[in-house]
Amino acid sequence: MRRDAQAVILLLVGGGMLRLAWTGAYLDYVKPYAFWLIVPAGVLLVAVAAITGVQAWQDRADADDGHGHGHGEPKVAWLLLAPVVGMLLVAPGALGSYEAERTGTVVGAEESRSNYPALPDDVDPVPLTLLDYAARAIFDEGETLEGHRIQLRGFVLYDGDEPQLARMVVSCCAADARPVKIGFEGDVPEDLAPDQWIEVVGTYTPRQGRDEINGELVPYIEVESVTPIEAPDNEYQ
Amino acid sequence: MTRPTAPMPHNGAVSADLADTAAPDAPPRPRRRRGLTSIEALALLLVFGLTARPGLTDLFAAPAAQAWSARFVAVCVQAFPFLVLGVALSAAIAAFVPADFFHRAVPKRTALAVPVAGVAGAVLPACECASVPVAGALVRRGVAPAAAFTFMLASPAINPIVVVSTFVAFPGAPEMVGARGAASLLAAVTIGWLWAKLGKTEWLRLPQHRHHDDGKWAAFWAAIRHDFLHAGGYLVIGAAIAAGLNTLVPETWLAPIADDPVLGVLALAVLAVLVSICSESDAFVAASLTQFSPTAKLAFMVVGPFIDVKLAAMQAGTFGRRFAARFAPAAFIAAVAAAVLMGAVWL
Repeated sequence: MRRDAQAVILLLVGGGMLRLAWTGAYLDYVKPYAFWLIVPAGVLLVAVAAITGVQAWQDRADADDGHGHGHGEPKVAWLLLAPVVGMLLVAPGALGSYEAERTGTVVGAEESRSNYPALPDDVDPVPLTLLDYAARAIFDEGETLEGHRIQLRGFVLYDGDEPQLARMVVSCCAADARPVKIGFEGDVPEDLAPDQWIEVVGTYTPRQGRDEINGELVPYIEVESVTPIEAPDNEYQ
Repeated sequence: MTRPTAPMPHNGAVSADLADTAAPDAPPRPRRRRGLTSIEALALLLVFGLTARPGLTDLFAAPAAQAWSARFVAVCVQAFPFLVLGVALSAAIAAFVPADFFHRAVPKRTALAVPVAGVAGAVLPACECASVPVAGALVRRGVAPAAAFTFMLASPAINPIVVVSTFVAFPGAPEMVGARGAASLLAAVTIGWLWAKLGKTEWLRLPQHRHHDDGKWAAFWAAIRHDFLHAGGYLVIGAAIAAGLNTLVPETWLAPIADDPVLGVLALAVLAVLVSICSESDAFVAASLTQFSPTAKLAFMVVGPFIDVKLAAMQAGTFGRRFAARFAPAAFIAAVAAAVLMGAVWL
C-alpha cells in the first residue's frame, strides 16, 4: 500500500468518526461520554493523515527511487475501509425490537440496589426510565410507585402476540445492548408497530410476568394512555 | 515538522521505518509495472462506494444484517479511540523514551520483573485495545517479553477505571472487586512466568520499525501511522467476528447451563471470549447475568480482558500468528483457573 493510500484511509477513518460525532449519530453506537473519546481520536487520525499526505507529496518531488509503492505496509489495513463503509454509507440505526425480542430482560442487574428515593409529589405524571420503574416494581414491590402516575418512554416489541414496552440498556457500546421490558395491563392500541416509540402514562400494578429467554421477571404497568412519539436522539439508556 | 535539507541516501527518510525497503542502489522502478496502484484501487473503491450506496442500503435492510452492522460499527467506534491512545503511547515510547530507560526501570531478573510489570499495569487507565500496542512497543524497546505480556494482561483488568466500574456494577459486593483484581493479577503473573520458562522468541514476529535518521517526531508519526493501520486492520477482523457471534448465537443456550456450577463457569468464560466487551464495562454485563453463580461472573470478568475474539486478532497482528495460537489458550486456561481459585476463596 502506497503512503498516499494510507493517508486516505487514515483520513476516512478519522473523518468518519468526526462525522459521527458532528451529526450525533454516534449515539446509535456508544454512550454519550464517548464523544470525548471519539473527537480527540478523530482529530489525531486526521492529523496523522495530513502529515502522511504532506510527506508523500514531498517525497514525490524527490527522486522516485522505488519507495513509492511502500511495500511491507500491512495489507490488512485495507480492512479499515469496512467500518468506514459502515459508518458513512450503511449507517445502521440503533438496535431495536429485533434485538430485544431475542435477548432476555436486563432488570436483574439492579437486584442488589438498596436505595429507592421517594418520587416527587408535585410532578404528575412522574417520568421514570424503564430500568428504574422495573427495579422499583420488582425489587421494592412497587412501594415507591404507589399513588403516582408514571410516564415511561420506549419502543414497542412483541412477545408472541403481546405488545411490550422496551428500551435498550447499553453499558459500553451497542454490542452489549440488552433490553429492559415492561408489559401492558389494560387496553393498548392494537395497531402498534414494532419499533414505534411511544409514551405511556399509567400506574403501578403488582402483576408480573416472566421473560422466557432468561426467566427474569417482567413488571407490568396499568395503562392510562399511549401516545406515539418521535424516537429520542439517544435511543439507549 | 522539520525535514533535513541535506541530500539523503536512498531517500531513507520516512518510509524507511518499514521492514525490507528496497536495496540502496536498486534501479528506479517504473511505476506502471505493477498495474493498478493502491491509490487508484482506492479511488475505484470510493467511486464504487458512492454509486453503490442504494444497493448497500438494500443489502443491509434485513433486521439481522442491520443488527450485525450496528454492532460491528459500535465495536469499532468504541475501540478506535482506545486503539489510537494505545498506538500514540506506544509511538511515544518508541520515539521519545531513551533505550536504556527500561533497562534501568525494569528489574534485571525476569522472575522479579514479571510481578513488577503486573502491578505497573494499574497505571494505564485504558481498556485492552490500548494495552496490546503498548506491550508491543515495550518488547521492541528491549523489555523482557514475559514482563511485557504480564503488563498487557494485567493492565486492562486492574486499572482504576475498571476497579471503579466493577465496584459500581456490584453494589453491596465489594469482595467482587478484590476477587477480580487478585484473580487477574495472579493469572497475569502466572502467564508471565510461564513465558519466561517455556516461551520461545522465534514465536514472536513483531513488525519491525526501521531506525530513523529523520528525527524523533518523524519516527513518532510514522509509528502511529504504521501501528494504527496494522492493529486497526486486525481489530476490524475481530469486531466483525464478535458482531456476528453476538447476532447469530441466541441467548437461550445460556439458560439451561446456568444452574450447573462447573458448566456455568465454563459457559460464561466462553461467552466472554465470544462477545469481546471492553473491560471498562464488562462488569455491568456480568452483573446482569443473574442466573449464574458469583464465580461464573468472576470468570467472565477475568477472561474478558485476557482473551477474546477481538484481542486474539490484535495479538496475532502485533506479535504474530504463531504466538497468538499458543498464547490465547494459555491465557484462557490461566484466567479460568485463577477465577475458580479466587471464587472459592473470596466469594
